[in-house]
Amino acid sequence: MEQAKNVGFKENVLSKLGVNPQDAKISLTYFTISFATLLIGGLLGLIQGLERAGLYSLPGGFNYYQVLTAHGLLLLVVFTATFTIGYQLANLSHSFNGLLLKVRKMIWMGIAFKVVGVVLTVTMIVLGEASVLYTFYPPLAAHPVFYIGLVLIVLGIWSVDFGVFINYRHWRRENPGQPTPILAFFAMGVFVLWFFASLGVTIEVFMIIPWVLGWVETINVMVTRTLFWWFGHTLVNIWYLVAISAWYIIVPKIAGGKHFNEKLIRLVVILLVVLNIPGGFHHQIIDPAISTSIKFLHVFMSLSIAVPSLMTAFAMFYVLEKAGRKKGGKGLFGWFKKLPWGDVRFLAPMIAMIAFIPGGAGGIVNTSNQMNQVIHNTMWVVGHFHVTVGVSVVLTFFGICYWLIPHLSKRQLTPKMNKIGVIQTWIWTIGMTIMAGSMHLAGLVGDPRRTSDTTYAGHDTALSWLPYEYVFATGATLLLIGVIIQVFAVFNMMFFAPKGKTEYPVAEPEDNQPKVPMWTERWGLWAIVLLAVVAMAYVIPIVDMIVNAPPGSPPIKTW
Amino acid sequence: MSKLEEIWMTVSVGILVIFMVIVGYQTYALGMGPPSHKETIDPQKVEQTAPFDNPGLIDLGDNKYELVMTLEAFAFNPGNVEVPVGAEVEFTMTSKDVSHGVQIPGTNLNAMVLPGHIQKITQTFDEPGEYLVLCNEYCGAGHQAMFTTITVK
Repeated sequence: MEQAKNVGFKENVLSKLGVNPQDAKISLTYFTISFATLLIGGLLGLIQGLERAGLYSLPGGFNYYQVLTAHGLLLLVVFTATFTIGYQLANLSHSFNGLLLKVRKMIWMGIAFKVVGVVLTVTMIVLGEASVLYTFYPPLAAHPVFYIGLVLIVLGIWSVDFGVFINYRHWRRENPGQPTPILAFFAMGVFVLWFFASLGVTIEVFMIIPWVLGWVETINVMVTRTLFWWFGHTLVNIWYLVAISAWYIIVPKIAGGKHFNEKLIRLVVILLVVLNIPGGFHHQIIDPAISTSIKFLHVFMSLSIAVPSLMTAFAMFYVLEKAGRKKGGKGLFGWFKKLPWGDVRFLAPMIAMIAFIPGGAGGIVNTSNQMNQVIHNTMWVVGHFHVTVGVSVVLTFFGICYWLIPHLSKRQLTPKMNKIGVIQTWIWTIGMTIMAGSMHLAGLVGDPRRTSDTTYAGHDTALSWLPYEYVFATGATLLLIGVIIQVFAVFNMMFFAPKGKTEYPVAEPEDNQPKVPMWTERWGLWAIVLLAVVAMAYVIPIVDMIVNAPPGSPPIKTW
Repeated sequence: MSKLEEIWMTVSVGILVIFMVIVGYQTYALGMGPPSHKETIDPQKVEQTAPFDNPGLIDLGDNKYELVMTLEAFAFNPGNVEVPVGAEVEFTMTSKDVSHGVQIPGTNLNAMVLPGHIQKITQTFDEPGEYLVLCNEYCGAGHQAMFTTITVK
């Protein structure tokens, strides 16, 4: 009850102050970069779809792997990261009534680092000096500038990270004995996880740079792969944490309900932060040099993520059923029809949540020893992450745009724009269902991923994959249409929509909720637990990889 | 925590535990663990190191074979191998340059082959036919051309 009063009070203050214009500028700058990147990355995606199906071939001087490297890097590292930062900072500014001046400076510095980093890496890719794909596995060796660009991108994220930590500490000191507003708590989870995730790839890149510059002759291939996946898979769960911050707190408000028990929400956030990093090992289930016992341990560690996910599933159905029944939904499923399906702010994240059911099930397949061997490096995996990232995460992001961007730009979401959003959501859903669905099927019959042309001199097995590949291309075409509509909507709401006030839809707790336990705020402790879990997972295999290492590999350029 | 949620979480965690038991049973009791061979080799001296100095099919008798194979951008050596129906083939592989992956669609043979490491995986070919053997890890500009066949007759 006390909690409820606090939130109510804060809303009053905010409605007087409105959006902080300097913080709004930061978030809108991030969204501008984000959606410009989506447009380019999406176009590159369609080009791959068409080339793979044999319907288009790139003009001379460019090749499939260059386009694939750019598509992966731009969408997985730039689009999602910039959106995440823009949205999380907006949540933080909203929760804390504005960011600190010095934090703002750090964030602008972060933007500068990131932009320079992206320009450097992309230039190297365009020049054909870095066709190493998103994973850049050594001994494939790109131009040194490519890795320097990656370092700058990480520095860009760290500037924001440290800014968020400083602002969090400041707020805690100013408000002793009070739990942080729940959206700020989510933001802490996201940025703590991001910091520890990026440590792995940072160490990797600092192993690579002296090696590509010729200062050291060889590199340990297994260690770099393992450090990559320390980061590479955790990134996935950072997006997931960002998405569920909207599922738990924003969606219930839009649906006309209250948010779930805050203690349990916080527990989910903490579990996702501390359990996450070892999940990366399931990308290496069929690698040599890791024993079956260690791999078995990692099946368990990867699957532990299912526990907070299943808690989330329960919470969402609970909250939405209550909201639907409050609106008069009767019977077993009546509440489902009462949900605001015509409101894009609800529809998009709702489809995202539903997509997490097949997405999560596919993830269980990927993480288990024997089944992984069937689908490893096939199109199944590509289908999987287009469902999880491409729908569960991205549709949540799209849905957020329709209230957050007009809120920040002091404009309105018009009924017409809402309708455009609903149409966009359906185009996206159909496009992804077609594309990711056929990718899963093609993978099951052996179609490999990351390959420009899978005809293999007309081998019968290879020809059986072609019909699926036409379907990928059809889905990819719909998705590019979806991207164009979304980018149009974002920039329209940023610059052209009618002036006005748009609500920041933050759900309130249910009545008579217990007080939020303060022990959840002990981030120092969670960081130690996280490191302990990482040590359990990594010390034995990494020591083994170093002690029993073969002579290393020299840099090799095979493109 | 409400009663319903307790039931939900108990059932969920229970399913995960059962799942782990099945995966563990398959790995340890049925020997279906993923390829995880731990021998190493100098990736710059593959051609001088036995058994890769002489790649090829070795008849072990009893319709069992060992196929010693090197992978490099963008070829399998030896290529176009022939084995009789019912042959149990143990693949012994390493890479001479970058990371590769070997996959035979239609079977469960799928393994990463990395420079510096020797990888082993066994497959029994019960059905006659021409099997496609392909590289499923991006290895460079000619990655799509890295394939061969195994003919079973």
